[in-house]
Amino acid sequence: MAVALAKPEPSFAAVGGAVVCERVTVRFTTERGTVTALQDIDLSIPTGSFLTLLGPSGCGKSTLLRVMADLIEPSSGRVTVLGDAPTVARRRREIGFVFQDAALLPWRTAMENVTLPLEVGGGKALPGARSPHELLKLVGLSGWEEAYPHELSGGMRQRVAIARALVSGPRLLLMDEPFGALDEITRDRLNEELLEVWRSTGTTVVFVTHSIYEAAFLGEKVLLLAARPGRVRELVPITLPTPRRLAMRETPEFVALAGHLRRVLETC
Amino acid sequence: MANTTLSPMAMGGGAFVDDAEAQARFAARQRYLARRRRILPVVAVLGLLLIWWQSVEIFDIKPFIAPSPVAVAQVLYERFGMLMTNLLPTAIEAVCGFALGNIAAITLATAFVYSKTTEEAFFPIAVMVNTIPVVAKAPILVLLLGNGMEPKIAIAALICFFPTLVNMTRGLRDVRTEQLELMRILSATPREVFFKLRVRNAMPYLFSALKIAASTAVIGAIVGEWIGSTKGIGALIIHATHNFDSPLLYATIVVGSTFSALFFGVISFAERRVLRWNVGQNS
Repeated sequence: MAVALAKPEPSFAAVGGAVVCERVTVRFTTERGTVTALQDIDLSIPTGSFLTLLGPSGCGKSTLLRVMADLIEPSSGRVTVLGDAPTVARRRREIGFVFQDAALLPWRTAMENVTLPLEVGGGKALPGARSPHELLKLVGLSGWEEAYPHELSGGMRQRVAIARALVSGPRLLLMDEPFGALDEITRDRLNEELLEVWRSTGTTVVFVTHSIYEAAFLGEKVLLLAARPGRVRELVPITLPTPRRLAMRETPEFVALAGHLRRVLETC
Repeated sequence: MANTTLSPMAMGGGAFVDDAEAQARFAARQRYLARRRRILPVVAVLGLLLIWWQSVEIFDIKPFIAPSPVAVAQVLYERFGMLMTNLLPTAIEAVCGFALGNIAAITLATAFVYSKTTEEAFFPIAVMVNTIPVVAKAPILVLLLGNGMEPKIAIAALICFFPTLVNMTRGLRDVRTEQLELMRILSATPREVFFKLRVRNAMPYLFSALKIAASTAVIGAIVGEWIGSTKGIGALIIHATHNFDSPLLYATIVVGSTFSALFFGVISFAERRVLRWNVGQNS
């Protein structure tokens, strides 16, 4: 495939999505033998959408996210991110990643953590990227710029991590169980705020979780993965109205959706 | 934000309410605790000195067996100039050895992190050299390097080398996987990964090694002076011992230890400045 040297025009439109996976298979070789983490994943994620990946542990949801982020190379199959190979998209700084435990650098203040992407790898931000100040405000951390990570709560650290992932103005935001270690109240609040961030940035979001409620509440679609080997089980569209509010989780539709997801999960 | 005891409970701004009286009480309590921390060791030392002094007096211990603290103080006062003249070479040797040994260790640790081959080849040698006792290394180095400052510096350097090598290698290597993945997603160059991630991550490890090295470097220099030296704290210790001049021996030890403690203090001060972000983990 020819590497686009010119401006990153939205060539992805031609391919059909922000992320396209074609028969993606990932195998790991360990001492105890070869494990197939993902098998023949076919997937197309529309630009600007919010997809949640849900599945039991060991189903390869984090692996799939890491394949999109160019952290893991698939053993076979093809991945296209924003019209190019993941490596090219990563070099163009179009991928933002939020880790499960924030992965902040403890020797940097909140502000310095957010500006890290602007200091390394050429430090380029894409046109339309917001300023670090604006982003810290967006995630509700105005006034905490000079605080070190050890002075912040788990939820606040994760907010910093989100601001950091957005600072280069990426068009694809990959989130690996970002709220998994947080208490439920903080998690609920961050869920709502994340939808707000998504609406205001227009970024494509792929969100890995093992919480049924989180998956159904956040996603426009939920991709259910089955384990051993990791494969697509079902793509469930979430038909809840937008903007979503936490109270919606008590509506009969939501309860029915969550019930459906749980029933499928039980067979994964 | 000047206050370092930020409450992690706060979710946004506005978590702190001004309550002058409560804050004053809090500050007073903190001041009291800090004062206590300083005064208690002083009181303990003075108490021990008193017991020592009274024991020498009551049991009529001969001065060459154990001098009274008064006699030691007298030597410290009357022969201060002489003691300082002897401290100077020891201090120079210790500081030079400290610098040399640590620079070498940091360099080798960097090589270890980037080349497994180097580590596999050289680490066993480093372990072997480290197992040779200082008193055995000293004569070898004096034979190799002559009778000047060089062998003492070499001993001090060798003694600093190992703890820093081990700690620095660990600090440079023990970077969290997520942090490395983050750097990759940001397309950071190897140089950026080294300076912005590995080196910063290694700082707490490095400083704990440097604090050990600060006192052991002085020991190395002193032991080096035991063999055929005419000046320095080590030479003075040998001289005083041979002449049964125990007040001088004790005074010399006090001077050497004070220097050691000062050196340690300087490194601790530097640590607090450099590792300001680390206070949460340490205290």
